[in-house]
Amino acid sequence: MSQQNQAPQSAAPVAPPKPSKWRTFLDSDIVYSWKRQPVVILATLVTLIMFAAALFAPWIAPQNPFDPRQLELIDAFTPPMTTSDFTGNFYLLGSDSQGRDVFSAILYGSRISLLVGFAAVIFALVMGTALGLLAGFRGGWRDALIMRIADVQLTFPSILMALLIFGVIRGFLPRSLHAEVAIIVLIIAIGLSDWVQYARAVRGATMVEKSKEYVQAARVIGLPARKILFQHILPNVMRPVLVIGTIGLALAIIAEATLSFLGVGMPATQPSLGTLIRVGQDYMFSGEWWILLFPGLALLILALSVNLLGDWLRDVLNPKLR
Amino acid sequence: MLAFLIQRVLQAIFVMFVVALISFSLFHYVGDPVLNMLGQEATEADRAALRAQLGLDQPVVVQFWNFVVNAAQFEFGISYRSARPVTDMILERLPATLELAIISAIFAVVMGILLGIYTALRRRSWLANFIMTASLIGVSLPTFLIGVLLIYVFAVELGWLPAFGRGETVRLGDWWSTGLLTASGLRSLILPAITLGLFQLTLIMRLVRAEMLEVLSTDYIKFARARGLSKRVVHLRHALKNTMIPVITIIGLQLGTIIAFAIITETVFQWPGVGALFITAVRFVDVPVMAAYLMMIALVFVVINLVVDLLYYAVDPRLRAQGGGK
Amino acid sequence: MLSVRHLRVEFPTRHGTLVALDDVSFDIAPGEVLGVVGESGAGKSMTGNAVIRLLEPPGHIAAGEVLLSGKRIDDLPEEHFVPLRGRHIGMIFQDPLTSLNPLFSVGDQLVETIRAHLPMSEKQAREEALRLLREVGIPAPETRLDSYPHQFSGGMRQRVVIALALAARPEFIIADEPTTALDVSVQAQILALLKRLCADHGTAVMLVTHDMGVIAETADRVAVMYAGRLIEIGPVDEVIRNPQHPYTKGLMASIPGIAKRLERLYQIEGSMPRLAAIPEGCAFNPRCPHAQQRCRAERPDLMPAGGSQAACWLHDPVDPLPLRQDLAGEEVSHVR
Repeated sequence: MSQQNQAPQSAAPVAPPKPSKWRTFLDSDIVYSWKRQPVVILATLVTLIMFAAALFAPWIAPQNPFDPRQLELIDAFTPPMTTSDFTGNFYLLGSDSQGRDVFSAILYGSRISLLVGFAAVIFALVMGTALGLLAGFRGGWRDALIMRIADVQLTFPSILMALLIFGVIRGFLPRSLHAEVAIIVLIIAIGLSDWVQYARAVRGATMVEKSKEYVQAARVIGLPARKILFQHILPNVMRPVLVIGTIGLALAIIAEATLSFLGVGMPATQPSLGTLIRVGQDYMFSGEWWILLFPGLALLILALSVNLLGDWLRDVLNPKLR
Repeated sequence: MLAFLIQRVLQAIFVMFVVALISFSLFHYVGDPVLNMLGQEATEADRAALRAQLGLDQPVVVQFWNFVVNAAQFEFGISYRSARPVTDMILERLPATLELAIISAIFAVVMGILLGIYTALRRRSWLANFIMTASLIGVSLPTFLIGVLLIYVFAVELGWLPAFGRGETVRLGDWWSTGLLTASGLRSLILPAITLGLFQLTLIMRLVRAEMLEVLSTDYIKFARARGLSKRVVHLRHALKNTMIPVITIIGLQLGTIIAFAIITETVFQWPGVGALFITAVRFVDVPVMAAYLMMIALVFVVINLVVDLLYYAVDPRLRAQGGGK
Repeated sequence: MLSVRHLRVEFPTRHGTLVALDDVSFDIAPGEVLGVVGESGAGKSMTGNAVIRLLEPPGHIAAGEVLLSGKRIDDLPEEHFVPLRGRHIGMIFQDPLTSLNPLFSVGDQLVETIRAHLPMSEKQAREEALRLLREVGIPAPETRLDSYPHQFSGGMRQRVVIALALAARPEFIIADEPTTALDVSVQAQILALLKRLCADHGTAVMLVTHDMGVIAETADRVAVMYAGRLIEIGPVDEVIRNPQHPYTKGLMASIPGIAKRLERLYQIEGSMPRLAAIPEGCAFNPRCPHAQQRCRAERPDLMPAGGSQAACWLHDPVDPLPLRQDLAGEEVSHVR
C-alpha cells in the first residue's frame, strides 16, 4: 500500500505512451460537462471577453479616463451613441459630468475590479493555505490558536471584516496617502477577510493526508517535514483550494465593488466599477441614467458569469463540497 | 443540558473578549485619541490633563479593564468627529436599523421557507425552475447593485416609491422613533427591506429546498407514506420538521448577517441607521464609533448564536438525550 | 385476496428504458405468507413497492393490473389510493433505524397513523397505541409511549415499526427484508412475532427477503425472482425439496442449511444480467447448463412443474425439452 503510493512518478517511464495532455483534457469529465451546459459555455465566453477587455483596455478604450488632460469638460453629459457637437468625439455609452467616456471608464474600471479581485484571492489563498497546513500538520497550540481566530472571524460576515480591516489600516496611514495606496489597502482588507475558508479546507485535508500510510512511512524513514509537506501533502490539498478560489474570485469582485460603492474603496480619481456606480447614483434623478446603468450592467454581467463558472467548477471538481 | 449551555456561554464570552481586545487596540493604537480630540493647537498641559482624564496614563491592563467596564455599561466615549457621546449617537439611530432589519428578516424567512418548500415539492414545474434560475441571479448580485437598480426602476422611472430616507416617523416613548405607523414610513421601508432581504431570501430558499429534497428521500418519509398518511401530513408535518433543523441554524446566523449588511442598504437608501453611521466612522477613522459599533454587532451575533443553539436543542430530541454537542 | 397480473415496471433513463419488472403474476390468499426470494436487483423489493405504489420516480407501472379483494387498485387516482395504504395494505421496511421519524415520539407516530384511518379521539387512539405496543411485546409500554425512536434498541424499533404497520389492521402486509438489518439473535424473535400477529389477525404477508432460511421458517409459499421476472412459484416445502427451475436448483444447492445432502456448496456460474442487458428468451439462458436453442429465442411462461410452477421449457407440457445427457445423472454440477 505505502509503496504504491510513494512511487507514482518513478513508474512513469515504464508506462505505455500516453495520449497528449491536450487530448486527455478534451476527453475529461470537465470538458464533457462543460459542453453539455449552454449557460456555462455562455458564462465562459462572457468571462473571457470581459477579462480580455479589461486586460487590453489601453488599446481598446477611446480615452484614458484616469488622465485629466484627455477629458473634454465641454462634452460632459453626452448621451450614449452620440457624437459631441463641440469636439466631434463619439461616445458609445455616453459621458459623465467631467466629459469622461463611460465606455472607457468601464474598461479601466473592470481592470481595477479584476486586479483587486485576483490579488485579494491570491492573498487569501496563500495565507489560508499556509496557516491551514501549519495548523493541520503541526497541530498542538498552533492549531488551536489558528482555528480559534478563524472561529471568531467566521462569526462575522466577511464584508464587515473587510470594512473593519480597511478602517484600521487607514487609521495607521497618514491621510495624504489614503488615495494613493487605496488599491493595496483594499487587496489586503479583502484578502484578510477571506482566508478562513482556505485554512479550514486545507487543515481538514492535511489531517486526512497526514494520517495516511505513505506519509507515516515517509516520516518513519526520516524524510524532513518540509519535504513531506511540499511534495506529498500540498499537491493533495490543492483541489479544494482551487475550487474555493474560483468562487472566492466572484466574492472578492463583489466585495471590492461594495467597498468602493460605500466610499471606502477606490477613490473617484481611480474608479473601479463600484466607484463608477456610486458616482452614477447622483445622476440617476437628473436624467443621466447611462452614467449609473452601464457600469451597473457591467458589474452585474461580470459577477454573474464568474459566479456561474465558479458554481459549475465546484460541482464538477467536487460534488461533495457543497 | 447544563454542560452544553455552559460550554456555549463560555464560547460566547470568549468571542466577546476577543472583540473587546480588538476594539480596545483600535482605541489604543490607531491614531492618538488625545490628538484627535484636541487638535494640533492644544498645549502640552491640556493634553496631559485629557490624558489623565481618559486614564491613558495608566498601565495598559488597567486601561483595558476600564474599557471593558465602560463597554459593559454602554459607555464608549466621545466621537472624534462630532464630539458627541457615541452611545447617544448609536441609540438615536438604532430604531431605524432594527426596524429595517426585522422587517427584512421576516420577509426573507417567510418567503424563503415558502418558496423553498414550493420548489422542493413541485420540483419539475416550470415555475419552480424559473424561481431557481432567478435565485441564482439573486445570489450572484451585490446587494448595493440590487438596491440601486430597484431605486432606478421603482423610484426614478415609475415613481411609485420613495428613493431614500425613512419617511415620516412617530416617536414612541422616550427615544424610539418608528416609521411603521405612517403611510410614508411604510412606503419608504419597502425598497430597502427587499434589498436587504433578497440575498438571505434566496439563500434560505435554496437551503430549504435542498434539505427538503434530502428529507423526502429518507426511509421514514417513505414509511410515513406507506402508513397511509396524507400528502399534507407527510410533507408539512414530517418532512418540514426534519427540514427545519439545519435550516434554523443557518437562518439564525443569517439574521446576524442582515444587521451587518444593513450597512450597505442604509448607504444606498440614505437610511438614517447605525450602519450608515459606521461607514462614516470608517471613512473618517472615527475610532470610538467604530469600536462601539463593533462591540454592538458582536453582542448581537453572540446572542443570536446562543439562541440558535438553544433552539436547536429544543427541536431535536436526539440532542436533548445526549445532553449536548452537535 | 391480492392478485398481481402481468405487472411490468419501467424506468426510463437517458440510455433507454429499463424494464425492472417484466410480466410478473401471482396471487396471495387471505392469511397466507408468500415469500419472495432472489438476488439483489432481481426485482423483489420492486414488486412490493409497485403493489403499494411507492416506486421511486421515474419508475412507474407500465402494464398489468393489481387487484385487491377483486378490485383494481393500480389505476386509482393517487388521492383514492392514499387511504388504502396502511388501512388495507401495510408495509414494513428493512431498516428500523431509519424507518421512524427521529423527531416525533413513538406515541405521536402511532396516534397519527391510527387517527388517519380509524374514527378515534386522541385519547382512544392513545389507548389503542398502548395496546399495540403491548401486542408487539414492548415492555412497560405506558412509559415508552412518549419516548423517541433513538431511545429504543434496533429490535425494539422494528417492533414499533410492526405496530405502526398493523395499526389500522390491514388485510395485507408487505415486509421488505424485515430482519436483514437486525442482529441474528433478534431476527428469530421478530419473525416469530410477525408470524404470530399475522396469524392472529388473518393478515396476508408478502415477505421479501434474500434469506432462504427466513422463507423456510415463515412462508407458506415461495416465489423466486430473477432479472425482474418470476421464474418459479410453489409451496415452500416443494420448492425447497424439489426445485424445478435450473436457477432455483442452483439457488437451493448454494444454501448451507438446505444443501446439507450435497458434499459441497454449489456456485452458479456467472452473475445475474444487468437490467440494461437482459438476454433474449429465458433471462437465465447464458448461465443455464441445460440451455438450448429455444431458450435463447422464446421466453417461457410459468407452467406446472412438479408440485409448483416454473418458467422453464424443461417443463413444457406439449414439448418438454430434454435434459442434457451429460448432466442427466447429477442434479447440479459441483463446481469448486
